[in-house]
Amino acid sequence: MARIAGVEIPDNKRVEISLTYIFGIGRSKSQKILEQAKVDKNKRVKELKAEELNTIRMIIEKEEKVEGDLRKEIQMSIKRLMEINCYRGLRHRMGLPVRGQRTKTNARTRKGPRGSLIKNKK
Amino acid sequence: MGRSLKKGPFVEERLIGRVLEARKDIKRKSVLKTWSRASTVVPEMVGLTIAVHNGKKFIPVFVTENMVGHKLGEFSPTRTYKGHTSKTEKVATRK
Repeated sequence: MARIAGVEIPDNKRVEISLTYIFGIGRSKSQKILEQAKVDKNKRVKELKAEELNTIRMIIEKEEKVEGDLRKEIQMSIKRLMEINCYRGLRHRMGLPVRGQRTKTNARTRKGPRGSLIKNKK
Repeated sequence: MGRSLKKGPFVEERLIGRVLEARKDIKRKSVLKTWSRASTVVPEMVGLTIAVHNGKKFIPVFVTENMVGHKLGEFSPTRTYKGHTSKTEKVATRK
């Protein structure tokens, strides 16, 4: 069990994939990190030496914004949008899509589950 | 795609002139009316109140530091939507 950036404990997979279990690291960032650490990306995590893990840890700590910090940053930028009363902020407040998508239909991710249709029409 | 840096932020020529004019005497808090929703908020505008047209009337916008980089139109909503009537309201009106 390896532990990188707080709580992440990916294991039997290739390092390249395992790193993407960390919030804020995707495939391309993971590849970038491994290249910098000079670690073979096809190795499994359990095969890694302690020192290799440590260099990966160092690189992530120094150069990447991950997990809590990243979440906080996202929240802050949303909060900023809402505070300055701009259009995007309003959309965030109303819980509607922010980037100009249609709302006549769809947009269920933002709107949440459908309100039950008016059944008792009498 | 973003705008070329070479050009700098877009601000309507006339508006930037009026902004600089208004900054000269800050004590006289005048409201600048403008139709130029496409203009970018630049640092010179911070602290001024700009009334941005929304197609019907002018919405006064007090420019703060956070707003720099956004367009003026973003602060002046063009649509009104007060929400649909909820179920409970409908029942109430039916009676």
